[in-house]
Amino acid sequence: MSEAKTIAKNGVNVEALIAAREALSNAPAAAQFKWRATNEWKNGTHSQSTVEGFYGLGQEQHHKRAFTFDADHPVVFAAEDIGITPVEFVLVGLASCLTAGVAAVAQHRNIQLRSVKATVEGDMDIQGILGIDSDVRNGYSGIKVTYDIDADADREDIEALVAQSQKRSAVYDVITNPTNVTVVVN
Amino acid sequence: MSRCLTDRAIDHVVLERGEVAHSWRTERWDSLRLLTPNWQSRLPGFAYRGDDPDGYRTLPEVIDFITAYAQMIAAPVRTRTTVTSVRRTDDGYRVCTDRGDWLCRTVVLASGACNIADIPRFADRVPRAIAQLTAQQYRRPDQLADGGVLVVGASSSGTQIAHEVHKSGRPVTLSIGEHIRAPRVYRGKDLEWWMDAAGVLDERYDAIDDIARARRVPSLQLAGTPDRSTLDLNALTAMGVKLIGRLAGFTEDGKAQFAGSLHNMCALSDLKMGRLLDLIDDWARANGLDGKVEPASRPPPTRVEAAPPLGMDFTKDRVKTIIWATGYRPDHSWLEVPVFDGKGVIRHDGGIVCSPGMYLMGMQFLRRRKSALIDGAGDDARELSAHMSSYLDHRAAH
Repeated sequence: MSEAKTIAKNGVNVEALIAAREALSNAPAAAQFKWRATNEWKNGTHSQSTVEGFYGLGQEQHHKRAFTFDADHPVVFAAEDIGITPVEFVLVGLASCLTAGVAAVAQHRNIQLRSVKATVEGDMDIQGILGIDSDVRNGYSGIKVTYDIDADADREDIEALVAQSQKRSAVYDVITNPTNVTVVVN
Repeated sequence: MSRCLTDRAIDHVVLERGEVAHSWRTERWDSLRLLTPNWQSRLPGFAYRGDDPDGYRTLPEVIDFITAYAQMIAAPVRTRTTVTSVRRTDDGYRVCTDRGDWLCRTVVLASGACNIADIPRFADRVPRAIAQLTAQQYRRPDQLADGGVLVVGASSSGTQIAHEVHKSGRPVTLSIGEHIRAPRVYRGKDLEWWMDAAGVLDERYDAIDDIARARRVPSLQLAGTPDRSTLDLNALTAMGVKLIGRLAGFTEDGKAQFAGSLHNMCALSDLKMGRLLDLIDDWARANGLDGKVEPASRPPPTRVEAAPPLGMDFTKDRVKTIIWATGYRPDHSWLEVPVFDGKGVIRHDGGIVCSPGMYLMGMQFLRRRKSALIDGAGDDARELSAHMSSYLDHRAAH
């Protein structure tokens, strides 16, 4: 009896990604990207960000359309709650980066995914941002991501997907390592 | 290689900047033992016949072993001869040394993979009051000031140095990035025995999916401990060594910052070890060893505290020394032949360098997984010397 080898269908074009990796390893200049967002204050703590263009592969690039994101603070902060808080955007960024990585690694390893769900929790002591206690940092004291994954793979292979996704994740790196940030006023 | 060239009657000399086994004499710490058991140091025409096949050679024993082998094969070694440049000529190479020049048709680069300690660029931001040394410069704990020590890097060198320094009474913090966990003994046999028997060490460079990545994998976290104990992160934690994330940089005021990725670094390593042990178990079953060796088991997962520290204040934490065990790179600065890629790495196909008649030896996964081991030199030398022989014949025919 022979078993036909099925190819996982996770909707990730791994061949294209591998071809891009091959091409960029011979052309490091094309691998230099700039991601951009603009942000405009509306009222109170509400602001709106727009993301449309970015730079990469040696030229200006565009999303299919401009995406806008409202950020605000919830009512318990005496705000209007027009959008999620900026720190929640950080959680969104982390989870979506890791999940994209899980899908890409699963495709590369020919693992069929049926469902991938992540819950992200960030612990924060707001005595930091309120300036109550200078020993408390402004940012998260810790972030926990919990995955529920249903896939054609055993537990160890699923754990390996999640571990490899962290290893290659840009947002995971941004959060776990320091980054120089320069803010200037025109 | 010299032995294989002699066997093929290829006239050659071996140039050595110091004495035979120079780097073992001058660039290793005192207590170092070979990571591989005695039986495994097989060289062309040499196999271990002593009464301790499972032991690990001490540093003086390694030096004696290499020196004795050089004498046994009557290697034409020119000691105290430092190569200053290698250049292409019309029909071969000109090798300049501090004792005159050599003209040759072929040249073998066998100067090693571990000449220069590879330390991160941000090392220049370490506060002046903190002493820094590399794993290459480390000899013994009494070289170090009293007080805490930050060992950066948790591969084979880093874990062994952390162990020895901590035992000396200097509290050690070990900064951990990517590493490869491995038990010294598995199912009653040395891990190297399993990897050798199951063919893992013989895996060829041209049968590997991503050879560039395989060549960058850090060394197995193995130590040649006399009691064959495993020196993994759990063993170090049990001694009191403190585990901390990968060193990410230094703040303006000289505090160290560590990545928040320690949990994943350990998870990746535990999973990778699990895959190696699965492979060994499969091989043992297929080869009828189940029941004849100890049953399969898995070491407990690496223990990591819930929230490892992300910073270090050298003054407050009383840390006086940093030891960089962050890997090594080769020194080919004397090689004036355009064979390097954009990152300064020699382009080669399994040791056959992209310049006619030039060969490379002793690099990580050069032709096989074992290429950087003493035990790997023989097979590589046999194949590369065969290539060299046909290259020389081909040239002679024209």
